[in-house]
Amino acid sequence: MAERTPFPGTAGHLLEVRDLSVTFPQPGGAVTAVRGVNYHVDKGEFLGIVGESGSGKSVSSLAVMGLLPSSAQVSGDILFEGRSLLGRSDRELSRLRGEGISIIFQDPLSALTPVYTIGAQIAEALQLHDRKLSGQAAKARAVELLKVVGIPNPERRAQAFPHEFSGGMRQRAMIAIAIANNPRLIIADEPTTALDVTIQAQILEVLQKAKDLTGAAVVLITHDLGVVAGNADRIAVMYAGRIVETGTVDQVFHRPSMPYTIGLLRSMPNLATAGHTRLVPLEGRPPQLANLAPGCPFAPRCPAAIDACRTTEPPLAAVSGNPLNASACLRVGEIASGTLKRDGLYPVPEAVAPAVRAAVTPERVLGVDGLVRHFPLTRGSVFKQVIGTVRAVDGVSFDLRSGQTLGLVGESGCGKSTTIMEILELAKPQAGRITVNGRDVATMGGRERRALRSDIQVVFQDPMASLDPRLPIQDIVAEPLTVHGVPARERLKRVREVLDLVGLEPSMASRYPHEFSGGQRQRIGIARALVTDPKIMVLDEPVSALDVSIQAGVINLLEDLQEKLGLSYLFVAHDLAVVRQIADTVAVMYLGRIVESGASEDLFEHPQHPYTRALLSAVPVPDPALERSRRRIILEGDLPSPTADISGCNFRTRCPLYQVMDPPAQETCRTLDPPRRQVEGSSVACHHAERIDLMS
Amino acid sequence: MSMLEEVPVANPAAESSVVVRSKKPVSRFRLVLSRLRSTPRFWVGIVGLGAIILWAIFGLVPNAWNATDLDIYNMGSPPTALHWFGTSDIGEDIYAQTITGLRKSLVIGLLVGPLAALVAGIVGAVAGYLGGWWDRAIVWFIDLLLVLPSLFLFILLSPIFKSLSWVALIFLLAGFGWMIMARVIRAQTLSLRERDFIKAARFMGVDTWTIIRRHVLPNVSSLLIIDATLGVGGAILSETTLSFFGFGIQAPDVSLGTLLAAGQGAAATRPWLFVFPAAILVFTVLSASLVGDALRDAVDPTSGVNRG
Repeated sequence: MAERTPFPGTAGHLLEVRDLSVTFPQPGGAVTAVRGVNYHVDKGEFLGIVGESGSGKSVSSLAVMGLLPSSAQVSGDILFEGRSLLGRSDRELSRLRGEGISIIFQDPLSALTPVYTIGAQIAEALQLHDRKLSGQAAKARAVELLKVVGIPNPERRAQAFPHEFSGGMRQRAMIAIAIANNPRLIIADEPTTALDVTIQAQILEVLQKAKDLTGAAVVLITHDLGVVAGNADRIAVMYAGRIVETGTVDQVFHRPSMPYTIGLLRSMPNLATAGHTRLVPLEGRPPQLANLAPGCPFAPRCPAAIDACRTTEPPLAAVSGNPLNASACLRVGEIASGTLKRDGLYPVPEAVAPAVRAAVTPERVLGVDGLVRHFPLTRGSVFKQVIGTVRAVDGVSFDLRSGQTLGLVGESGCGKSTTIMEILELAKPQAGRITVNGRDVATMGGRERRALRSDIQVVFQDPMASLDPRLPIQDIVAEPLTVHGVPARERLKRVREVLDLVGLEPSMASRYPHEFSGGQRQRIGIARALVTDPKIMVLDEPVSALDVSIQAGVINLLEDLQEKLGLSYLFVAHDLAVVRQIADTVAVMYLGRIVESGASEDLFEHPQHPYTRALLSAVPVPDPALERSRRRIILEGDLPSPTADISGCNFRTRCPLYQVMDPPAQETCRTLDPPRRQVEGSSVACHHAERIDLMS
Repeated sequence: MSMLEEVPVANPAAESSVVVRSKKPVSRFRLVLSRLRSTPRFWVGIVGLGAIILWAIFGLVPNAWNATDLDIYNMGSPPTALHWFGTSDIGEDIYAQTITGLRKSLVIGLLVGPLAALVAGIVGAVAGYLGGWWDRAIVWFIDLLLVLPSLFLFILLSPIFKSLSWVALIFLLAGFGWMIMARVIRAQTLSLRERDFIKAARFMGVDTWTIIRRHVLPNVSSLLIIDATLGVGGAILSETTLSFFGFGIQAPDVSLGTLLAAGQGAAATRPWLFVFPAAILVFTVLSASLVGDALRDAVDPTSGVNRG
């Protein structure tokens, strides 16, 4: 008996959270960030907690670690190995942290102390919990741990400081610290959110490895359903401070029974299926926890809401008698039995009717030819000395045709942002040619250039930063018109037209940006870009700062506008699923070059460049069955520094194809820079694209 | 950090009750005004400041004495029904003198503070936004002014200024009061320049001066307003210092500064010589600060009370 229930009173659960509530007293009234959360984690289990920002997922895990600010009022109970964690002294909790429970934070730069070496920080974690461990032994173990998490050359790297590590390496070091004392539970709070997809794939693999090595249970907190699909055993979905659905990965992904989960899953662009239909947006925004109305917090956004939903908040009830699969919905029975169809719950938005579609003549509206942007790397403040060159953009060429979308994808640091900034400057580039509407921008005069600016507009990534907080939105949206001397009355009329076009109430025009939600702000940004009736819109990661449930609405809006107004989009993004959803042609960038470009369908279905293939395989797909059957190509190492001078093909240092090539073929990669050439519908910069299948 | 993001900010719907809701879009000025009207601090400050200014203008009317009158029968008298604030050693009426001094100090303070802030804002924003050689030249000039001791320069220049009227003092004080704020504004502008909304304006083709006027200056305005408000008090204090050394307001003219300087020696024995001008000074600076504080919150919708 004692064997089967090692921790009496908790039915053998490693961690059990019972009716946890966390309240933050604030001057404007208390905010309850977590409202009665129950979950448990068994030994060696992988639990994923999924939720949008503000759903209370991080606060609940910080409560487990005892890391909430002292002003927070915590009620309920948290049992770890059968013993309550609440009310314990900080000294007791400190002993437990690291050795019993450890945490991996989202931002590894601020989680590591900048003035100590990585090795010293791991050794510190070791010696804190084992006082008998000698300094020498701790150092040796630190190096060993760095090796476990896959840091190359660990002896040397242990002597490095956090700033000398890249983001992915820092997160590996964090994992090394987290597993240093063989904890029984690892809490990972958005561990991959700040990282690129190829690095994310590496980190998730390291996390799985760490879990297997230590036998620890893992609680992974994330907003990305794709990340949990392939890794977690069970999932808890949080909304407005409560768990609204829980179950195994297959149950939640294949038979979701809470309308929120259904909506979330349908609103996500899925790399495997994107691009065929419009996304199904989840209308509305998450409720404010400060003044929550009675009833189900999801009711205002729920298409299946009935009157009872607005008066009583449904408890987490078991779906078809299975206690591990529960859902907080009054109509869970109907959904589970199929009388309320999951597919029909959310109306699929209509595509734009052919009658209101703009007629576009296919012509080249934007041409970029061999664009180069190098930044000199200098040292010294008075006498500047050039010590290197950053090849941010190194010969980029592409065409944008009218009424089409070109997706420019790549990891951070690949030069995609620099490319669009160079285009938007409309100035003579360092080398190469930029033509807009067939005119070379280098030869234009000031007046002509200003006139051209009304044809090419930009939407930025962060909707808060791109709107001047001091101006009401009518002035913000009208700003491009002031440049072209449009009279005030006309400006106001036009502002109201475009606000209406992007789905905002024109009477909101006198409000300030901070009064709007993220999705609305991005609509304001789009309205500003539309106000001059442009032909080309440059979209710089327009949805990556938005929550998943809001993204779909903005993507649909962009698609509608394109069809109604015949716009051409240059769409820059790192999220490949979003790009697949919206783009007609795609160009993949790596270290300032385009390595592959082609029609969206061809490129996503049959990638011809090893980098494209690795990138696509690294993207998590929110489908557990597919995710388990997929083979990941994990790229080794990080993106090389753009100052590095790599002879031949600049991808060969990480190329999985290069490694399986015979020596003469490798010699070609080392010495010859591959030009782009046509391979099966795509234009590919690889010597051995025909032999890509050797990779698998 | 992530936890802070989880804590929701106050409901914007509650804030927008201040915003005038109408079909017709409202201008920015009206919005600022409607925000101002709903802050009590603004009312306390503006009523206080208004009262001081009205008192400075009309305060002499009910008084029987002028600032230059000498009552030789009541020399060194404490406050009485005849002399409300008492008299000085030679029989000057302190009430009349305080009002005359207040007028001068108010004019100097109210002009020097905003003038210095304006110079600081323009110079700082231009240096920060244009960058390059402009920036280097301007910073070099600011540093030059900062390392020169301004009192020394005042003393050097004082023969020239003595021959001019006291109005010249306003420009002198403003001319040496803007440098530190200009450096702060420059640093702010440097970070603003990289913000997306400035980039967006540049890509729309908005010209440099319009960007500085429309986007840079309003976004540093809370700093400028605080600086202008504090500058009112600061200018009055600078004027006091100069007058104390005899380089500021000259003999026939009176200011709060000269009054304080004259009365400070008697602060313990004949407090009315010192306490009344000092109390007026404190009240004036406090009122101006309250107005500035309320104005900052109204101009910047994300600062202080509005943030909730």
